[in-house]
Amino acid sequence: MFSFKKASGLSKKAFINYAIVIVFYLVFQILVSTGNITSALKGQLIPITCYMIMAVSLNLVVGISGELSLGHAGFMSVGAFTAVIISSAMGNASNPARLFVSILVGAILAGIAGFLIGIPVLRLNGDYLAIVTLAFGEIIKNILNCLYVGIDEKGLHFAFNNPDALGMDPLGKVLINGPMGAVGISKIATFTGAVILLLVVLIIIQNLVNSRTGRAIMAIRDNRIAAESMGISPMKYKMLAFTISAAMAGSAGAVYALNYSTLVPKKFDFNTSILVLVFVVLGGIGNMTGSLIAAGILVVLPELLRKFSDYRMLVYAIVLILVMLVTNNEKLKGRMDIFAKKVRMKISKGGKKK
Amino acid sequence: MLANLINGISLGSIYAIIALGYTMVYGIAKMLNFAHGDVIMVGGYVSFCAMMYLGFPAPLAVLLAMIVCTTLGITIERLAYKPLRSATSLAVLITAIGMSYFLQNAALIIWGANPKAFPNMFKNFEAIEFAGARISPVALVAIIANVIIMVALTLFTSRTKVGKAMRAVSEDKGAATLMGINVNFTISLTFAIGSGLAAIAGVLLCTAYPTLMPTTGSMPGIKAFTAAVFGGIGSIPGAMIGGILLGVIEIFARAYISSELADAIVFGVLIVVLIFRPTGLLGKQIHEKV
Repeated sequence: MFSFKKASGLSKKAFINYAIVIVFYLVFQILVSTGNITSALKGQLIPITCYMIMAVSLNLVVGISGELSLGHAGFMSVGAFTAVIISSAMGNASNPARLFVSILVGAILAGIAGFLIGIPVLRLNGDYLAIVTLAFGEIIKNILNCLYVGIDEKGLHFAFNNPDALGMDPLGKVLINGPMGAVGISKIATFTGAVILLLVVLIIIQNLVNSRTGRAIMAIRDNRIAAESMGISPMKYKMLAFTISAAMAGSAGAVYALNYSTLVPKKFDFNTSILVLVFVVLGGIGNMTGSLIAAGILVVLPELLRKFSDYRMLVYAIVLILVMLVTNNEKLKGRMDIFAKKVRMKISKGGKKK
Repeated sequence: MLANLINGISLGSIYAIIALGYTMVYGIAKMLNFAHGDVIMVGGYVSFCAMMYLGFPAPLAVLLAMIVCTTLGITIERLAYKPLRSATSLAVLITAIGMSYFLQNAALIIWGANPKAFPNMFKNFEAIEFAGARISPVALVAIIANVIIMVALTLFTSRTKVGKAMRAVSEDKGAATLMGINVNFTISLTFAIGSGLAAIAGVLLCTAYPTLMPTTGSMPGIKAFTAAVFGGIGSIPGAMIGGILLGVIEIFARAYISSELADAIVFGVLIVVLIFRPTGLLGKQIHEKV
């Protein structure tokens, strides 16, 4: 009886997230079709959805598994550059098929990267783990900076740190040009496709969290020693969460890349990892709904702050610091709670009078 | 070979000075001060303005930069970090990142995005020939400054009362409070010392690599943080060893392997070290108790 009640409560929470995503999709789809949207915001729709996927997937590592990862953008870039290669390699197929296969292969390769990186990383604890994920993020960026990929009639050509080693036909096309990044990407990503991916990611994560495996992961987070003595292998479950999260970041990267015509590896540096971490922490660690909302608002916020022009990133920083202070300082939090209570009382009183 | 080694040690000395700021703050407040790299940048800009616009002589400009950065460090600590003393470490981390954004964007508005060419303050001195290698005056000054700072800090933390208080706070805040140590003052002092050192590092960094931008501090900041972890975060000699090793590895990777991959190699070495010594070279091994 008890477990049934608990399960239904959790699924309600999960349902809210699906509803948010669907409402988000419908609202913007209507706005786009009626033309009531600025072109700047319209161009942001796919990146916003990608950042939502990033935030949710990082939340799996930071919130559910309890490990701080500072290199999430690295996995995103693995997915992104894989997608660029795959989508060009299957140039004759239909666009949805190319998008689907690109996302899939991008996710798989990012997952493999996550698994390989997880082997050394997950042996460490706390801040040391964080710095190693940061280091891996930078290493991935550096390696992609040295990667040259071209395509001609014979197929794909790869070269490392030396663009002349590609050995292509004169008619061939360079896809990834080292530090210049990917050029001439076919923009096949759609908002609908991105939202479907977001829903799939949410379904996977929420079902994982509510499963036996998810409870094992959270048990390790809450008390590693107790979990270990219950026969749960920390390495196995941490690795599982880390790999799934990396694969999801890769899928987000794939959609993200196919929304632009050019993309440089530098786009996925440390600052992007931090940006996603900010979404997770501001939305509430372990809270998927919060991640979705925070990612949505914070990606749009610089656009909304346009009227501050040069000062917008400064205002963004101040907003970030103030939100952290208000939500985390005990005194300020207490005052905010009292204020919220008063507002609620007033609203309920007003309701009674009517 | 020798020239590369000396260049590496000098770059490493700059990293070590920055890493000290990270390691001391981490040791005492258990937080990663992400804004530290940007304090370096502010130090660079302040000394730049003092020399170029106000016509200050170099030593006075460095002093001014130190004063401004120390004040800035204390202000940041009071406004942003102190209210979060009892919050989770992630919350403090995000606040520090917010502070880092703030400093970078404030610098962008004040000084603009165009890189500034930092004046060479050692133009009256010539490079020294040593065993066939040319050593630039900046390299020499960086190494000497690093040694002086290291000795002074070691003496400060082991001999003076305030330094001992600092160590006590980093060991156990509660017990230190009971012993009559003013914890808030001690933490502020740590930030002040760290930021003052950041100013020196900023001037040295900008003299050695004379382009000054609002993002100048972020990559050296990350590398210095890596150096601090490398040597064992929280340990002062660890920061020095980590910094110098990192600098030497970086210069050698750049000279003999590939300048594109130098950063990847630096971070790769860090990962290998952490696999075999999970708390850094000189870090304390803390054993878990059930």
